[in-house]
Amino acid sequence: MDKQREIGDAIACIPDGASIMVGGFGSPGTPFSLLDELMRQGQSRLTLIKNDANEVGLGISKLIENGQVSKLITTHIGLNKRVIELMNTGQLEVRFHPQGILAEKIRVAGAGSYGFLSDIGIDTEITDPAEIIDWEGKKLKIEAAIAADFALISAERADVYGNLCYSATAMNFSPLMAMAAEQVIVETANVMRAGDIIPEQVHTPSAFVTAVVHVAKLSADYQVMEGRCEH
Amino acid sequence: MNTERILQRAAREISPGQIVNLGIGLPTRLIAHLSPDMDVMIHSENGVLGAWKRATLDSAKATLIDAGGDHITTRPGSSYFDSAVSFAIIRRGKLDLSIMGAFQVDQDGNLANWKIPGQFSPGIGGAMELAQKTPRLLILCAHNDKYGNPKILKCCSLPLTASRCVSRIITDKAVMDITEDGMVLRELAEDVELQDVLDHTDAELLLPEEIGRF
Repeated sequence: MDKQREIGDAIACIPDGASIMVGGFGSPGTPFSLLDELMRQGQSRLTLIKNDANEVGLGISKLIENGQVSKLITTHIGLNKRVIELMNTGQLEVRFHPQGILAEKIRVAGAGSYGFLSDIGIDTEITDPAEIIDWEGKKLKIEAAIAADFALISAERADVYGNLCYSATAMNFSPLMAMAAEQVIVETANVMRAGDIIPEQVHTPSAFVTAVVHVAKLSADYQVMEGRCEH
Repeated sequence: MNTERILQRAAREISPGQIVNLGIGLPTRLIAHLSPDMDVMIHSENGVLGAWKRATLDSAKATLIDAGGDHITTRPGSSYFDSAVSFAIIRRGKLDLSIMGAFQVDQDGNLANWKIPGQFSPGIGGAMELAQKTPRLLILCAHNDKYGNPKILKCCSLPLTASRCVSRIITDKAVMDITEDGMVLRELAEDVELQDVLDHTDAELLLPEEIGRF
């Protein structure tokens, strides 16, 4: 039941060509340590699923800049000029979804279903008429669920079984992705004994988690960004 | 462009008791124009209800930002949630007001603010769901683009974010409402003449007898 793993062993399970969900909205919730290890090991032809592309030189942007990623499924990459450039020059395939639709596609996969019906963007260019059906008198769009081989998650706290708690806006896509991936690798600075997390406060139950990696020292990537504060 | 004037006017659109989403950029700066004790819940789509002013370096928490990436504080009674819940709040119409920017708005209330083909396509983000599902959508933008071209049009030419979704537009020159009869000019900025607005607007503007000043 103890799911603690060394970071190198946990990431070594990921093969070339894998699809990987990565938690985080901007920096909060981004598993920087797991991503750095993935860059060190050098797996290639990866499909990444993340809300955004982080900023240049941070998080998944490092993997993309390093040529390890062939496809990115995301919602908005406006804070990353380098990734926009790679998209525009055809070096990176990018698929955009409305943010809440991407979240729901992942949530639905995590709930063991295959899709849902929605009216978001139904009369805009993001909708292919072939995706529209008549449902009880309404025109609705079929949205397919999105699952993945792996999820890389950063948690505020995890016990050795893999019960997880997230902090503030670091939660974002993480609990959804933890349910939707076959194997879930979690990094945390705070590994607790079983019983040390109050059951009512668990955000992701241990059943979904494959490996818990202890990160002893959080790098500068995890800290407050001075330029993003009021002066 | 006189952004302070737009912000001062826009701050009057927010009422106590409302749940409001503020878009990245100019709308987020509105919080600084609200009374510190105002009873309003700001929703940020990255998973917080009760967002408040930007944090100082001393008060900032590494895991607490708004959707634009700035470190923020929260007010008493705030909550955190995942992205599916955050957009459930939006799609279920639980927001009272959304405020965002625009490339183009037309007289039918159609909005284009996410893509300029061949020039700008950073993705949709949360704009489509916010625009389509919020009961009242307020647009803050320059009256004309940087080349002087009108942004308030008869018909949007850029890919739409959502159709027939805009309630009101506040620019550096005017306040306009989308009504069943068409686009109505409500207010002029204090140093702007009516003819100036008519010259710089492509949309057909309906002119009521009384036009206010802001």
